[in-house]
Amino acid sequence: MSKKTLFWLGAGIIVLLLLPVFLPRFYVYLVSIILLYGLLATSLNLVLGYGGIFQFHHAVFYGVGAYGTTLMLTKTGLPPMLAFIVGPLVSATFGLVLGIICIRLSKLYFGMLQISLGSLVWAIVYRWYSFTGGDDGIHGIPIPEMLSSPKGAYYFTLIITLVCLFIMWKIIQSPFGSALQGIRDNPVRSEMIGINVRMHQLLALALAGFFAGVAGSLFVVVDNTVFPDMLFWTFSLEILIMCLLGGWFTFLGPMLGAAVIVALRTFVSTYTDYWALVLGIIMMLVIFFLPNGILGYVEEKFKRGFIEPEIEEQ
Amino acid sequence: MDAVYSIIPAGVLSQVFVGLSRTTILFIVASGLTLILGVLRIPNVAHGSLYMIGAFTAFTVTKLFGGGSAGFWLALIIAPLVVALIGLIAERGMFQFLYEREHLMLLLLTFAFSLIFGDLVKLVWGGEYKSVPVPHIFQGFVPLFGDLPFPLYNLFLLIAGPVVAILLWLLTNKTKMGKIARAAAVDREMVGAVGINVSRVFAIVFVIGCFLAGLGGVLVAPTVSVTLGMDHNLIIEAFLIVIMGGLGNIWGALLGALIFGLTQSLGILIWPQFGIIFPYLAVVVVLLFRPTGLLKSTW
Repeated sequence: MSKKTLFWLGAGIIVLLLLPVFLPRFYVYLVSIILLYGLLATSLNLVLGYGGIFQFHHAVFYGVGAYGTTLMLTKTGLPPMLAFIVGPLVSATFGLVLGIICIRLSKLYFGMLQISLGSLVWAIVYRWYSFTGGDDGIHGIPIPEMLSSPKGAYYFTLIITLVCLFIMWKIIQSPFGSALQGIRDNPVRSEMIGINVRMHQLLALALAGFFAGVAGSLFVVVDNTVFPDMLFWTFSLEILIMCLLGGWFTFLGPMLGAAVIVALRTFVSTYTDYWALVLGIIMMLVIFFLPNGILGYVEEKFKRGFIEPEIEEQ
Repeated sequence: MDAVYSIIPAGVLSQVFVGLSRTTILFIVASGLTLILGVLRIPNVAHGSLYMIGAFTAFTVTKLFGGGSAGFWLALIIAPLVVALIGLIAERGMFQFLYEREHLMLLLLTFAFSLIFGDLVKLVWGGEYKSVPVPHIFQGFVPLFGDLPFPLYNLFLLIAGPVVAILLWLLTNKTKMGKIARAAAVDREMVGAVGINVSRVFAIVFVIGCFLAGLGGVLVAPTVSVTLGMDHNLIIEAFLIVIMGGLGNIWGALLGALIFGLTQSLGILIWPQFGIIFPYLAVVVVLLFRPTGLLKSTW
């Protein structure tokens, strides 16, 4: 990382740390949501953008993490902080198991199977009234006192998100991350040079599940509720759009996408009930005009200007 | 008929027939999905929405014609055509420009369509439940095996399923169009190279697939309450059926629908609250032994 990026990163973090001092309560809540959605989208990007795996139902792991944390908090007397570790671990296990079932011949096969099996998880959560609260979800979750104020929740979310982003950044930079990107670009060749493709992909899926679970636990802290819609497949789609809109070959793209989508949703919802319609139209525009996302587009322009003109395919 | 009951209890038998009627709907919708998947390689998430639009259009058409039998028969013709027209517009207007791009983009585009269709249905028809009356000649019950009452309409469905299957088989195997489509499913470049307009073949296949989704929607309308969100469940079920049967294989869709419909209806007998689990378990078991699905996939 160059000094310039480090400077901007530091400045950004300081601004985020100072935000609750200036902003009204609602906006602090909104920024918390953006941060945790950004974390969620980044965890998806770990497997989608860097791993080339079509993880179409990422919301399942987010929801499982949130429910795991919540059930630990409400149904057991174990130390509350433990719940924030158990939730993500349950999601990671889930990611691994679903990965083992779904990794098949082709990428699309994986995606379709995952959407379907993920929906089963949703259906179970939706119907199991005695355990998950069914379609009502669970409200008023007892949160450790330190985190229960909006500011406490915000700082907790901010710190955990930054730590997780840093770890993911390190993972991508590590030999494991390089191997993962190699598999994305050429699975056959990677296999030939002795990389265990299946193992790498499964590990990536478990890691993505873990960080999605962390995001789910953070939502419990910020919102004090869980509900089945958190793992409905339309939400997975929203996370996908965050990645796509921000730029799914860039590290910070998903975070940017999350910010844009959450801000837009809050803004649009005050005018109309038809958010899905707006989202669908945005998505079409992105697919046709910004296939590499905002950051991807910026990067492309930047590179064209300073390094070398891109050679267009004839 | 006591002989039959001594082997199978009446409750199980009636559930089997419920499952078989469900199979018909599932097969008709899933065959459209698998057709598009096999030839165009698009996992069309909007397929469920098209099915929903078919059901809502059936409601409007029957209501316009006084809610009688005539209305239903007209709906049976008009609604699938309306849905096919929507498919045609979507394919010519959007999908055809993305065939060269990555599959993810195609899938996301169908996702976008499903969101837009869902909200448009809400905009046009509102959020309330709608019901379509069962046409007169199919009202009432027939006794099966002596005294088991079975709705006449479901019997009609049981006949409709195989008819559609045979027509589809004739279309894909006996017509020139079908042969070209099957060839394009295997190697679209080669088909283009021998001077066939692949783009047009794709459009036709896409439209037929959408027509089937609409047809499924009309046929299901008298048996359920037509409502928003009916697309979500169905698309997931159709995906599983197609995966189980082998991507792109129409007979696979039939077999998958059969397994799905029966495990679903019998599962409810075994464990009422979580009967929904059994079809999913069936899929997992099938995939453990046959990773590419039961029948030969075109992929």
